[in-house]
Amino acid sequence: MRAAPALTVAVFLLPIAAGLVGTLLPAFGYLPAIGGSAFNLDGWRRLASYPGFRSSVAVTLTTGVVTSVLAVFVAFGFCAIAHGLGWMRRIGGWLAPILAAPHSAIAIGLAFLIAPSGWIVRALSPWLTGWTVPPDVATVGDAAGFALVLGLLLKEVPYLVLMIVGAMSQVPVQQHLAIARSLGYASTESWVKTILPQIYPQIRLPIYAVIAFSLSVVDVALILGPSNPPTLAVLAVRWFADADIQFYFPAAAAATLLLLLVVAVIAAWFGVERIAIGLGRRWIARGRRRSGVTFGASVAAGAFGIVFALSLAALVGMALWSFAVQWRFPDALPQAWSLANWMRRLDGLAVPAWQTLLIGAMATAIALVLVVGCLENEARARRRPGAGALWMLYVPLLVPQVAFLFGAQVLLVRANFDGTLAAVVWAHLIFVLPYLFLSLADPWRAFDPRYARTAASLGASPARVLFAIKLPILLRPVLIACAVAFAVSVGQYLATLFAGNGRVATLTTDAVTLAGGADRRVIGAYSLLQALFPLLAYLFAAALPALLFARRRGLAATP
Amino acid sequence: MNRGAFAPLRLDAVRIGVGGRALILPLTFDVAPGECVTVMGPSGCGKSTLLAFISGTIDPAFVVTGRVLIGATDITAMAPEARRVGMQFQDDLLFPHLSVGENLAFALRPHVRDRTERRARIEHALAEADLAGFARRDPATLSGGQRARVALMRTLLAEPDVLLLDEPFNKLDAQLRGDFRRFVFDHAAERGLPTLLVTHDATDARAAGGRVIDLAWPLSR
Repeated sequence: MRAAPALTVAVFLLPIAAGLVGTLLPAFGYLPAIGGSAFNLDGWRRLASYPGFRSSVAVTLTTGVVTSVLAVFVAFGFCAIAHGLGWMRRIGGWLAPILAAPHSAIAIGLAFLIAPSGWIVRALSPWLTGWTVPPDVATVGDAAGFALVLGLLLKEVPYLVLMIVGAMSQVPVQQHLAIARSLGYASTESWVKTILPQIYPQIRLPIYAVIAFSLSVVDVALILGPSNPPTLAVLAVRWFADADIQFYFPAAAAATLLLLLVVAVIAAWFGVERIAIGLGRRWIARGRRRSGVTFGASVAAGAFGIVFALSLAALVGMALWSFAVQWRFPDALPQAWSLANWMRRLDGLAVPAWQTLLIGAMATAIALVLVVGCLENEARARRRPGAGALWMLYVPLLVPQVAFLFGAQVLLVRANFDGTLAAVVWAHLIFVLPYLFLSLADPWRAFDPRYARTAASLGASPARVLFAIKLPILLRPVLIACAVAFAVSVGQYLATLFAGNGRVATLTTDAVTLAGGADRRVIGAYSLLQALFPLLAYLFAAALPALLFARRRGLAATP
Repeated sequence: MNRGAFAPLRLDAVRIGVGGRALILPLTFDVAPGECVTVMGPSGCGKSTLLAFISGTIDPAFVVTGRVLIGATDITAMAPEARRVGMQFQDDLLFPHLSVGENLAFALRPHVRDRTERRARIEHALAEADLAGFARRDPATLSGGQRARVALMRTLLAEPDVLLLDEPFNKLDAQLRGDFRRFVFDHAAERGLPTLLVTHDATDARAAGGRVIDLAWPLSR
């Protein structure tokens, strides 16, 4: 038990550190395995001389920054408006299908929706638009990256909303709002001036994770982003995968540059935060009861409605395609339905589906053992880790995946371990572990220690206390954390690709590969299944405690 | 906007029910400017709910009939922020992200535009609370009694027409309790505010020195 923290850190921080070194060295010309034995800047020169280099950097920065700013604005604005509404208490349940679905599944669904021949145009044609053939415009993969920004918002906004709702439970929100309103501030104005500043410190790291993710995402950028030149992350992956291994050097340089961009943007955000805090204090101290903030928040709440509707439509559209026999433009719905797509594809689907399940279950199980070990160790030592530990957990979410996965792959190849299921499980663990820890830590730490002490005083050993008292009482949060972890595993694209060396196929890698193809019925089936797996895990996690504890009112209550 | 000082608080046949059960039977009374009326009763009798109704923050699960007026103005349907009803809870509820001075500045009405004038008003309020020079302090570094006094000054700086006190002395120890009670009642009387105190402590009611309405007896009938 005492070794758990060290083991956990070793499992997910060492590979990242080793992977970073394995990317940095080739970026400066050092990779003896392919003849790079001297340090030089050739990789950087080749990167800079790539014709689309400037546009690639520009589109990476603009899409990443615009996504982050909009996601933060929409999430906070929505919460500022909706915080008092009764259904906000169940918002987690409403957002679950979207939060559970992998990024790539939502991106594929969105592509089906907004493409020139997509559902939106079909629904409006020909009665409104007059179009009988799809218009010739690039709505997906546009050079400016609008589709990419939209696709990212669909996932990042609900994620931030969930983080905000979670942070609000740590503050006496209702009482502070009652005070602010009795002092003459309207509801939204009160929330922005008294609650937001209190919870922001808890949302800071999730925001940084959104920034890092938006700048460095690969799968969503492959599906929705510009292709020539692509974003920097896609460019790096494309070069890493090139048959000519000499492209490793510019690829490593591109990955390193991406890491620098992420660090720079997060540093800039931190700087803007400092300025905003100073200005915000003066703004609050002016005592104005009415400002533009309510209007701004209403705009954000409207945008949240659009984002939410688009993501639901994306999921439903995917399902429709997978059951369509034929869906001619501009019909709003398919002419005929059948299970044929599914039956015909059953063989092709079975292997990736099984591997997805297996990898997800194994990564989740290993992560659960490690996390429970860490939390239990912490509870027995009666010592909470400091803020440094939280930052450590966020490392895999803040460092661009391309920047360390490539280096990690080089290590795997060296160890003759690449392309195995075990290697993929291990790569998933890097991302599954922090999410499982973050979702389980709060309920575990909130567990009333008197239960454990009572059991101990009755003669129960520490192990018995853990298995007979603590885990059953905490079954619901444990299962929810496992569902979150499983969903994270199902969604992994780049980690599967690199650690599996292209030989381990999951629903996500297959769906992203197919996304470029033409048959939407096939793509629909893959991405629907991809979205369905995590959702089923959530439903299972919600249903099992309710069944087991149906006659225990203290435990069965749905949150 | 301001209905002017020295208007009474008037409750007109206020009845609060929850789930088909009457929590508070029709209640009608006036609180004159400068007067402090105490509402007493055991916990769960609905006295805090009554204050939430007057301040406009009552949970929609309650079924309420009757009206609340300040002078001739019916405030029953007004938004909480438009009522000018000051609230003081048993927790001081100082905003932890703001300094002591900023907590007060948050409450000070914006018609005081000039920055030096605003700062002077806040310093004056702090001096009244025996806390001169505390503006830049973090509320967390203050003692319980100091925090309670800051919270009252914050309520008063928003220029309320009515003061509601929801067991504000509960969490203070005996010595502080007496001092803070006098502090609150003196300020309320000085400003001529109609004040409604909710408590289950008879010494609080005696110190308030006004009429006492006991919510326990109509329920025991």
